[in-house]
Amino acid sequence: MESTSEFLNIKDVSTAFKINGKYYDAISHINLEVHHDEILAIVGESGCGKSTLATTIMGLHDPAETKISGEVDFEGTNLLTLNEAGYNKFRGAKIGMIFQDPLSALNPLKRIEDQISEVMDYHTNFTAEQKHDRVLELLDQVGIVNPKRTAHQFPHELSGGMRQRVIIAIAIACKPDLIIADEPTTALDVTIQAQILDVLREIQKENHAGIILITHDLGVVAETADRVAVMYAGQIVEQGSAEQIFNTPKHPYTRSLLRSMPQLENQNDDLYVIQGNVPSLQRMPHEGDRFAPRIPWVPESAHEKDPVMHVIETGHEVRCTCYKEFKFPDEAEDVKA
Amino acid sequence: MWKTILRRILIMIPEIIILSILVFLLAKAMPGDPFTGSINPKADPAQLHHLMKINGLYDPWYQQYWNWVVHLFHGNLGNSYQYQEPVTRLIGGRAINTLWLALFTTILTYCIALPMGMYAAKHEGKLPDSIIRVYTYVTFCIPFFVILVIGVWIFGFVLGWFPTTGSISSTATPGIQSVGSRIYHILLPGILGALFGTVNVVQYLRSEVIDAKRSDYVRTARSKGVPEKDIYKHHIFRNSLLPIAAFAGYSITGLLNGSLFTETVFSYPGMGLLFINSISYRDYTVITALVLIYGILNLLGTLLSDIILSIVDPRIRIQ
Repeated sequence: MESTSEFLNIKDVSTAFKINGKYYDAISHINLEVHHDEILAIVGESGCGKSTLATTIMGLHDPAETKISGEVDFEGTNLLTLNEAGYNKFRGAKIGMIFQDPLSALNPLKRIEDQISEVMDYHTNFTAEQKHDRVLELLDQVGIVNPKRTAHQFPHELSGGMRQRVIIAIAIACKPDLIIADEPTTALDVTIQAQILDVLREIQKENHAGIILITHDLGVVAETADRVAVMYAGQIVEQGSAEQIFNTPKHPYTRSLLRSMPQLENQNDDLYVIQGNVPSLQRMPHEGDRFAPRIPWVPESAHEKDPVMHVIETGHEVRCTCYKEFKFPDEAEDVKA
Repeated sequence: MWKTILRRILIMIPEIIILSILVFLLAKAMPGDPFTGSINPKADPAQLHHLMKINGLYDPWYQQYWNWVVHLFHGNLGNSYQYQEPVTRLIGGRAINTLWLALFTTILTYCIALPMGMYAAKHEGKLPDSIIRVYTYVTFCIPFFVILVIGVWIFGFVLGWFPTTGSISSTATPGIQSVGSRIYHILLPGILGALFGTVNVVQYLRSEVIDAKRSDYVRTARSKGVPEKDIYKHHIFRNSLLPIAAFAGYSITGLLNGSLFTETVFSYPGMGLLFINSISYRDYTVITALVLIYGILNLLGTLLSDIILSIVDPRIRIQ
């Protein structure tokens, strides 16, 4: 297994939801690859389509209410062509998913052991004993102090951090090649966050898995990600290695995001605030740069009519040409002065 | 757990005492007396006073209450003024009838409601769901006694499929024939009661299942690769049944209350009909005994609900 081989290739994927009989794109024309042994972070504001992308890969949408186009090639299979039974051979076995809210993602009426071994019921021919041993091994691996006791408990008897560990244990039970972590640390406090991220990184090393880490927390991204894709309003606006994104961000949105992060050096400054809101699904513009309304001081001529991705250097791509002329308002004033 | 149940039962004792005092006083507070209706209107009023006096009805309430309680502990609830027969025997005979009717109605209700609610939720928004919803709304909007009266009229009088009064045919010989006749007599009231009773259960279950379908833990199960059919079996169905199970304890007492209507419309000789009759005849001994029984059943119903819930829901394990 080559460490750089791509095994998940998302090509031109769009997902549209039906609202009052009409379909609206939640994500449009997404292109992404994930390699073994890497953590790809997808960042963006709430409502930008990060989670939709994750659930699209997992095939968790009700086909009656969504329209999905494009291809999700996973180890040579286009997942989007599979029926439910076909998908179930991948879900849980080769793709594991970690959900956002550990408090509600576990069935309140089932013991932890049963919830973890349920994955193995469908994807392995382990005996009951083997499953039991594997459950204890997994709980130990995700950092549960007393696996035997926890295995026998119900979700409400565990803390949020412990529940998130259990969810990770479920996701990695069958050693999947791909782990999708949708905001795995959002509901947890900072000390637990760091521990959970450590657990994820360790598992990745052990299984040579690829991880898609979905988050709005740039701190988490800086700490863990190898590559970063920045999403805005259902599109990827910039992607590159973590160094490229953090050291030489190009797209106005990426730069605004980084600028709105608190910095230790200049504590006196007010935080930068991006004007406006992410447009709702029904109001999503279908022409021009979707970010343009939030940087109104940039002249229209700077934007492309139909913005496409431009390669800046190997692995670093940016949507639209407006990044060339973009300056923050105060920077522009500095130049005038 | 047994400790908790015992504690709950001990708490019930003062509740029952307070209940019995209230019941006793309320029955006494009703205007009228048990004799005026049953003696010759031309009789000497002095005779009436005499009857009241020898029956202790002029004693102060606490003395009457005390006598009643002392008798109660000897298993003696007094004699019915109307029927001239011990209340315990009177109620005992009626209670069996009511119990059969209630049992039949409960079983039928859940047999109809559970599949119906599941089916509606599974096909949410589609035609079968709409039909079931219309059915539940219509049934919910019509008062119970109207359903009963219409049911008796259509199936009893017009079509003549079912008997309309009594609990057993007067010509039935003991043995299989009498059992058959009893079942035949509870069919129509039972079915009508069940049709009414399903509404709550169906609506409850439907919304619970729909909630569960969209819940995060079901999404987790899907992401584990669990087939949809197993998701229903292992995750959705059991979780959706929780409130229904909790409701079951109450619903049993609810049925006994509902029997007031059913038994009156069908002249079915159960506790409900007896209760209505005793009120109109001021049959104090029977009224107080029945209200006390209903009260105790209600308390037991809540206890039963708590116990059921603590068994099925691990979050409510009583320590």
